[in-house]
Amino acid sequence: MSTTTERGSAAVPVVPRAARGAARRRVRGRAERSTGASIALHATLLVASAIAVFPVLWILFISLGPSTAWQQPNEVLHHLGLGNYRFVLLHSHFPRWFLNSVIVAAATTVLGVLVSASAGYAVSRMRFPGHRPLMWTFLVTQMFPMAVLIVPLYNLLVQLDLLDTYIGLVLVYCTISVPFCAWMLKGYFDTIPREIDEAGRVDGLTPFGTFWRLVMPLAKPGLAVTAFFSFLTAWGEVAYSNQFMRDPHTTLAVGIRTFAADQRADWGSMTAASVVIAIPAAIVFMLVQKHLVTGLTAGGTKG
Amino acid sequence: MTTATMDEPARDAKAPGPRGSQRRGTTPLQSLRRSWDKHWYAWAMVAPVVIVIAVLVLYPLCYGLYLSFTNANERNVAQNIGPIHIGATYDFVGLHNYWQILSGRDGDFYPRLEWTVIWTVSCVALTYAIGLAMAMLLNRPVRFRLFYRLALILPWAVPAFIGVFAWRLMFNSQYGVFNDIITKVGLPAQDWLGTPFAQKIAVILVNIWCGVPFMMVALLGGLQAIPNELYEAAEMDGATPLQRFFNVTVPGLRPVTNTVILLSTVWTFNMFPIIYLLLGNNTTGDTDILVTHAYEMAFSGGAADYAGSATYGIVILMILVAFSTFYRRQLKTQD
Repeated sequence: MSTTTERGSAAVPVVPRAARGAARRRVRGRAERSTGASIALHATLLVASAIAVFPVLWILFISLGPSTAWQQPNEVLHHLGLGNYRFVLLHSHFPRWFLNSVIVAAATTVLGVLVSASAGYAVSRMRFPGHRPLMWTFLVTQMFPMAVLIVPLYNLLVQLDLLDTYIGLVLVYCTISVPFCAWMLKGYFDTIPREIDEAGRVDGLTPFGTFWRLVMPLAKPGLAVTAFFSFLTAWGEVAYSNQFMRDPHTTLAVGIRTFAADQRADWGSMTAASVVIAIPAAIVFMLVQKHLVTGLTAGGTKG
Repeated sequence: MTTATMDEPARDAKAPGPRGSQRRGTTPLQSLRRSWDKHWYAWAMVAPVVIVIAVLVLYPLCYGLYLSFTNANERNVAQNIGPIHIGATYDFVGLHNYWQILSGRDGDFYPRLEWTVIWTVSCVALTYAIGLAMAMLLNRPVRFRLFYRLALILPWAVPAFIGVFAWRLMFNSQYGVFNDIITKVGLPAQDWLGTPFAQKIAVILVNIWCGVPFMMVALLGGLQAIPNELYEAAEMDGATPLQRFFNVTVPGLRPVTNTVILLSTVWTFNMFPIIYLLLGNNTTGDTDILVTHAYEMAFSGGAADYAGSATYGIVILMILVAFSTFYRRQLKTQD
């Protein structure tokens, strides 16, 4: 990166020393900004924020009305209530779907992170035959369209008698989460100074001991972010779950579709369910969002 | 470098004494042995992942590859109806499926490919442009920056399927809020998800809505990593804001840009839930990208075509692998 940026600054036309003073006055610096520019900046950001937030707020708004509110949005304010929530939480399959999703997503996350952490470390610190192909596999596996895997995985699950079970779906989700976690964690381990490993070795730890006792505790933020990310992936997955799970084992993403069936759309319940699903995820997301991208992009730039 | 030293304890413990004298004229077996002594530790650490990938990804992949050379469909695969087991009766048909697809005889591949490419390029380009704009706006001192940042990131925080349902509700032609708004302004109500063209615009819009936050956060991280001195130096030299953008910002962002473009191209190319959930069953198939088309082939009622679906999957995979290999090579020559 340093080379490119150096090249970048060198390419800026060099103004003769005498002209510099004049040029500085003419060119507006980054820190200063006219009132007009400020207004434009805030206006743009406000419009963009409104577009980003509106669909979510709209769902929240509709969910607070009566169950037919989506047909008359104007009526919502006159009939505010939690009727939709009551129906969804007490009289539908929603709690069961929620439980299914929690179990599957949590198991996927734990399995994915545990299995891939040591591999991420090995790829980050050791050079061994198979190192490059492995990194390449992590990347390519993320390109696998589920279309190529879904029929074989379906057959595999039938043979193992795991169709329509939690274990089956967790194993299927590992095809997504394991390469992804290994990739993310490799990127995170790269940011931990190698001196720590050397210190561990001087103190007589084996490479695995170094990894387990020194690097893992330091990598906690990275692990948390990776775990959360793979949780969200499993939480929102539709295609596999749609085919592999039947009632009562369906997960949320598939289950709440039945609220929005074409013939008898029950958008009231749908919106209430959406809010219940989105709130916990969104809160945790907002807390960890700062760290989300570093791991993801680090894996790529240094790979 | 570190790794070499790291491997030493293992090598010392495993291969004492006579190994040095045998170094000349080794057989393949011996060199394998030495390689094992040196690297077994690393291999042991990656073993769990390799096993998982082999069983859950490579095996199904090979199986899918095999299926793509057969005429397997719903009627002739092995199945259990109650206690009766019926064996598979499908045959090996060689490259027939590939020929059907690549020669354009099945009538779907090239239209779907064309739309997939348009979809991927327009989504990635627009998402990147908007994401970069937002990141640059947020990267300067602004009041309420935290508020804007959290608001702009919200579409990423809600699970994609919920965002999609929200849009579907708003696009609804009878009761949707968009039609409420435009009829109030005096324009005729639109059938937002009615025609294939409108559906295409709608899925692109929704995908951009879902994808911008990731781009924005990634690029914001990249922008903040550009040392401030470079901007100061450019300012000293009298560079205009536009010059600063092209000569400092763009090169400084290059590593991040390369990664996010690659990732989001792959993700968009394989994007399943947005198209599948936004349109539900109201689609004529014109809005299907390759992935959703292959899914429909494998699981649409009637005659599910497993072999055809697997063939599509393999073709998609080859396109993506070719693209990313080309892309990375291109980057290397650039450096």
